[in-house]
Amino acid sequence: MNAPNQSGWKPTSPVTGAADGTNTVTGNKALMLEEPLIFEIGNCETTGVDLPEPDLSSNRLGGFARDAEIGLPGLSEPETVRHYTRLSRQNYAIDLGLFPLGSCTMKHNPRVNEKVARMPGFADVHPLQPVDTVQGALGVINELAQWLCKLTGMPGVAMTPKAGAHGELCGILCIRAALEAKGDAREVILVPESAHGTNPATAAFAGYRVENIPATAEGRVDLAALKARLGPDVAGVMITNPNTCGLFERDMKAISDAVHAAGGYVYCDGANFNAIVGRVRPGDLGVDAMHINLHKTFSTPHGGGGPGSGPVVLSEALCPYGPLPFSELHADGTLTLVEEETAGERHPHSFGRMSAFHGQMGMFTRALAYILSHGADGLRQVAGDAVLNANYILRSLEDVLDAPFGASGPCMHEALFSDKGFADGMTTLDLAKGLIDEGYHPMTMYFPLVVHGAMLIEPTETESKAGLDQFITALRSLAERARAGDETLKAAPIHAPRRRLDETLAARKPVLTWSEPEVAPGEPSLSEQGGS
Amino acid sequence: MRYLPLTDTDRSAMLETIGASDVDALFVDVPADHYLTAPIEGLPHHASEMAVEKHMRALSKQNLAAADAAFFLGAGAYRHHVPATVDHLIQRGEFLTAYTPYQPEIAQGTLQMLFEFQTQVAKLYGCAVANASMYDGSTACWEAVAMAGRVTRRKRVVLSGALHPHYAETVKTMAKFTEDQIADALPSLTAKPDNAGLIARIDDQTSCVVVQYPDILGRIPDLAEIAEAAHAKGALLVAVNTEPVALGAIKAPGELGADIVVGEGQSIGVGLQFGGPYLGLFAVRDPKHVRQMPGRLCGETVDAEGKRGFVLTLSTREQHIRREKATSNICTNSGLCALAFSIHLTLLGEKGLRALAAENHRLACIAADRLAQVPGVTVLNDTFFNEFTVILPADAREVVRKLAQDKVLAGVSLGRLFPKVDALSGGLVVAVTETTTEEDIATLGRAIEEVLA
Repeated sequence: MNAPNQSGWKPTSPVTGAADGTNTVTGNKALMLEEPLIFEIGNCETTGVDLPEPDLSSNRLGGFARDAEIGLPGLSEPETVRHYTRLSRQNYAIDLGLFPLGSCTMKHNPRVNEKVARMPGFADVHPLQPVDTVQGALGVINELAQWLCKLTGMPGVAMTPKAGAHGELCGILCIRAALEAKGDAREVILVPESAHGTNPATAAFAGYRVENIPATAEGRVDLAALKARLGPDVAGVMITNPNTCGLFERDMKAISDAVHAAGGYVYCDGANFNAIVGRVRPGDLGVDAMHINLHKTFSTPHGGGGPGSGPVVLSEALCPYGPLPFSELHADGTLTLVEEETAGERHPHSFGRMSAFHGQMGMFTRALAYILSHGADGLRQVAGDAVLNANYILRSLEDVLDAPFGASGPCMHEALFSDKGFADGMTTLDLAKGLIDEGYHPMTMYFPLVVHGAMLIEPTETESKAGLDQFITALRSLAERARAGDETLKAAPIHAPRRRLDETLAARKPVLTWSEPEVAPGEPSLSEQGGS
Repeated sequence: MRYLPLTDTDRSAMLETIGASDVDALFVDVPADHYLTAPIEGLPHHASEMAVEKHMRALSKQNLAAADAAFFLGAGAYRHHVPATVDHLIQRGEFLTAYTPYQPEIAQGTLQMLFEFQTQVAKLYGCAVANASMYDGSTACWEAVAMAGRVTRRKRVVLSGALHPHYAETVKTMAKFTEDQIADALPSLTAKPDNAGLIARIDDQTSCVVVQYPDILGRIPDLAEIAEAAHAKGALLVAVNTEPVALGAIKAPGELGADIVVGEGQSIGVGLQFGGPYLGLFAVRDPKHVRQMPGRLCGETVDAEGKRGFVLTLSTREQHIRREKATSNICTNSGLCALAFSIHLTLLGEKGLRALAAENHRLACIAADRLAQVPGVTVLNDTFFNEFTVILPADAREVVRKLAQDKVLAGVSLGRLFPKVDALSGGLVVAVTETTTEEDIATLGRAIEEVLA
């Protein structure tokens, strides 16, 4: 087998005789500590928990007892703490600095949110307890739902979707259910080319054919072209607003009116709601469905890739088709759950259930704590500061970085640049990797697809002016190096825990799980021969 | 506002650089008739941390926490002891506040953890490859059905009657839009799962048969027999596991011939949390199916100096590259829950997992024997791990409601899971874990005796 790591190098095999003033025997560099895999340091006899000795000699497993070794290594508690603490230090994080990933909204994660999510009444409650023992949990869902409805100007909200893409699916399924209820089978969903990849993937999954909506030269949906394409085969449009070029779709209401007049529905990708919360309500713009990433706008932690939460606000037209289950507030203040049992009477047109249980409770508590902390006034300020910070970056750098839509007016929460003006051979990737050496996480790269070598920078509202000024200085320096053709950028990053990683090799010869290495112990590896 | 660093002086200076008169001027593209010039009415204004905590605590106190009751609920979510180390480590800011590892040079912590996680899940499930997680068990179950359709190019799906009804409902909802034909059933109250009946429903148009292991009633089906029958018809076996601790005691689905193994990982490291966020696990037995898998995959590679490192890989399956041709629309998954799972499983190790499983089974046997002594009550199962079904001579749902008033959370009634099915209304699914004490079991036995008397 051709394993990608042909050198056999790993943190458990220190290179003897390598210490030379730059390199060390251990491979560690002071606080930058290498860490082996648990499979290389743990074993099947070690455990970090105290439990009685197992005895399954008499059991009711019906002959299915697992006899063969599973091969799960254990570590003692101190080794476990050290392993994961060392791993954690190889990550960049918002807690360490500016994390300007456009469209991802990496903002400060308040710790009081973590505290409230761990209150026993939320953390230690089973989803199938009798509803009169979980009135407070349903209360959180209900209170958050009311906030989301008021902030968006929409009458209803489906709380169960588990992330943004799951919310998109919820919205599109509502649209399809609404059309089917009218006996109006339609085939096409229109999506701008600048959309997140989840939009076309979602529409295709729901059985629709995806067609592109053209954009104008200033980076917005081409209203005339959209109107020309609308017809009896178009189920709806999926529009991100503010869009992924960082611009507000100022024709949104006209787009909605046109789509509605043609018998379709308007889905809005709410990934960028952070830019407009408290400043404009999507419901006023004719939107029929919009997901809200609680892990973006409402600051539930991204956790290295989730969990997210993607409630979907719905218009009057789509509310009847929303998913099960949901909570219902009664006149006496009690809350009940509408599930399959009562759906026939309470919610007969629902398209059904999208997942087990009642949604991402742990995210609801955090998001509600965040919303209550800000209040209606603070949330309006959130959007204001997020947009101010992005425009500050846009205008501070447009003399050294090409801003393709800089002339289209102010940007919203994110500033978009292209690689135009870079010396031949210098790329957005080079600049991004250079940012790593300067101590920043790179911006979103090569997205949106409509801009060559796109760099999408979203600072969010939780950055200070001094922090932005330092970031601007670093980015200006990198832009100048890219324009000048400074080849040393090609080697970046040089100060990170790893140099550039070979992604092609990883895909060509996938190694997705650990297995015992085939290099015999004793056989010299490349690194021991001095290769690198 | 304590989360907003800009001062008014900063704002003025920045507006001057931008060349705008005020912040409202930056929203010039929002049509004036829709622009809100003041905070939305009818909503409270900002609150101190102390006030927020007080508000949330009041809501928290309106719930009966499991720790304050004799607690026997399972059916897809299990209460296990999570070591303090787990919660401490997942709150390290470098894990908690990192994004999806798109820049691998500064995300090796998350990536190495995912590589370890994928390997742990693959070993636990007896599979070749596992992905970096899905939203939860129910959505992973649907994704497995969708993947089976891609592999077999067939559209007919057979669901075991003893599949968790929320999982079955999720599959049925999604299938309405993909035009897969789902054949579902109700569970039959028999001591052994009805394998013969299930096998009889598989034909040469079947894409996959979906079987829960252990099933919703706690019984342990013979997966090998079902796998053989499915494979004979060219269908795949999708095994669903909602209690991963069980796999420390019973054989892995992959070993028994399941082609796709999915499940809920919540039991290990995550906690109850009223149903979410949880952790979808997804694995395949045959590595040739990797390119049909949904979700993110982490793989090993080397950096420019030849050092081992990890990256997200095979992303041409995914939405951000493949757009409308992606294997799934999933983007964000359940990374932090995967971390919690992986840390907890590392603390346990093989030795701890086996001990934990044995302790769960030992206590469950005690509970089953105790409830079998209650007049009129029968224990349904021949086999079980830490969860079994008892048949009460009364509506179990009513019994559960009554006992909850005395802080006895007796289990999940089949009436809650399968409403309006009279034949199942006496069924009560009782789960027992290492957190259950023998005193709790005695309390439950007494309480059921009293309510039935």
